[in-house]
Amino acid sequence: MTKISTGTWVEIEQIVLTPEERAPSLPPETKASPYVMRVSGFLVEDAELGQATTVRTIIGRELRGMLRVVNPSYSHSFGETVPELLTIGTEAENF
Amino acid sequence: MTIHDTSYAAVMARKNEIMKQSLGIDYDDYVQSPIAFDYERMMAETGYTMDDIRRIQRETKVGDTPLFELHNLTAAVRRISEPGKGATILLKDEAANASGSFKARRAAISAYQALIKGYRGMIAATSGNYGAAVASQAAQRGLKSIIVQEVFDSRGVGQPEIVEKGRKCEAYGAEVIKLSVGPELFYMLLRTLEETGFFNASLYTPFGIRGVESLGYEVAEQVRTRYGKDPDAVVITHAGGGNLTGTARGLLQAGCTRTRVVACSVDLSGLHMASDRDFNRKSFTTGHTGFGVPFATWPDRVDVPRNAARSLRYMDEYQLVSQGEVFYITELLTKLEGIERGPAGNISLTAAVTLARQMDEDQIVVVQETEYTGAGKHHNSQLAFAHANGIEVRRGDPVENVPGKAIVIPEHLSQVQGRVQDMDKLRRSYLKNAAERLPVAEWSGNDFEFLAADIKKDVEWVRNQGVA
Ligand SMILES: Cc1ncc(COP(=O)(O)O)c(C=O)c1O
Repeated sequence: MTKISTGTWVEIEQIVLTPEERAPSLPPETKASPYVMRVSGFLVEDAELGQATTVRTIIGRELRGMLRVVNPSYSHSFGETVPELLTIGTEAENF
Repeated sequence: MTIHDTSYAAVMARKNEIMKQSLGIDYDDYVQSPIAFDYERMMAETGYTMDDIRRIQRETKVGDTPLFELHNLTAAVRRISEPGKGATILLKDEAANASGSFKARRAAISAYQALIKGYRGMIAATSGNYGAAVASQAAQRGLKSIIVQEVFDSRGVGQPEIVEKGRKCEAYGAEVIKLSVGPELFYMLLRTLEETGFFNASLYTPFGIRGVESLGYEVAEQVRTRYGKDPDAVVITHAGGGNLTGTARGLLQAGCTRTRVVACSVDLSGLHMASDRDFNRKSFTTGHTGFGVPFATWPDRVDVPRNAARSLRYMDEYQLVSQGEVFYITELLTKLEGIERGPAGNISLTAAVTLARQMDEDQIVVVQETEYTGAGKHHNSQLAFAHANGIEVRRGDPVENVPGKAIVIPEHLSQVQGRVQDMDKLRRSYLKNAAERLPVAEWSGNDFEFLAADIKKDVEWVRNQGVA
């Protein structure tokens, strides 16, 4: 396992509530899973993926959790072109 | 430091105490019974005048947004209307606010209040736009911010719009606590408030709602200046009710007593809001009936003891639109009017098309908001995601829409019809919810008066509903 160094920007995951600890009267498919939190921050110690560790968040709070992702990023996009939208408002549709 | 019990039940039991600490409002001061409270006094005692609100908002790039006339869309509506019909459609470009939506108006007053009361930071639990607004306003006021957000289902998947909203919060320097699906969002909010001692920038405080009043006030001023009269109808995308409540109060303060206040939501009936499975089967993250109906029929289901957003107090009509209709109108706005805007404002734009068609040519209907758009927060992203999740996407008659199963995009503008929600049914449902709080036999004269005002009816009407 490779060590991730102190100061690296990472995402941790923490189980906040197990299924038994969750709120009463949830739909069964929701109740089946634990209540999970993910948060990003700078590692305050060297750690390995999957290992419990601590991060300092962007506002300086220290939070504990399992190291999940190194350098978490966003990759959401405009999605694949939806052909149903293309001709709306064009001559082809009498505008 | 005291170590608190962080179990679900223990944190929820400390709710009132945590609220008092984190807001500086003692709601007990306004409460008159399990139902009634002194709403107007609570709103007035925020201590801000309309001038204060506008001055505070100008300091942080909020308000004074443009009002556009949608010439081409109006013309298109007139072509499909009976002769003499087809009101002028105006659009208030709220995307121009810092952080890209009207939510900045709400966050601006909360941030100011947090600052003058000496809090070091503020926290909000939200599905997104409001988080970005809080983060942006906090950044400008030198405060820290934490956003508590429901992001992903049990597979770890979040829909593109939610993911984008989270990104935006982080962009402004907020710590974003990303959570799996569940109503425990509120529990997490309470825990975080308790741990940090930060200000509770709830969406539903009097500060937040008073901040939206400037929107209605500006609409009145702008329409009067340009058209020499009051707007005939203002259409408002409705979820938790703050948008409608604040805008309507602003219109009233400007003296627009005859303007019809029309709510509009995307119809998502049949999908469960706390369901891990349904979470990613909705193509809208706000402005839908999953929030709009429960919040209208019982506003006090929120993260503060009494909700300052009370939509039925101000609502004259409620229009429902389908997901497909909104996507159609979004694309039309882009192609005909040359502006790309995000999902929420286009919900009320869709209803405005239906209304304009029924209204006279010399009348004015105002769509009171737009919101920003971009990767993830775009109708193409949402439709591509829906398609990838097994939802049928096709062109056709929008009456064939089935939330969570089929999105049917109209083939022609004339198919954009929406549907009217029965207001009296909502009002009765509200009264039934009130009766669950306090048996009808125990309602006092003051309770009756409060309830009547809260649903825009008279006491006589309340008494005649069979509930009471
Ligand atoms: C851009 C935008 N418009 C409208 C709404 C609906 O506002 P409200 O929840 O106050 O009814 C929201 C809230 O989620 C929003 O973010």
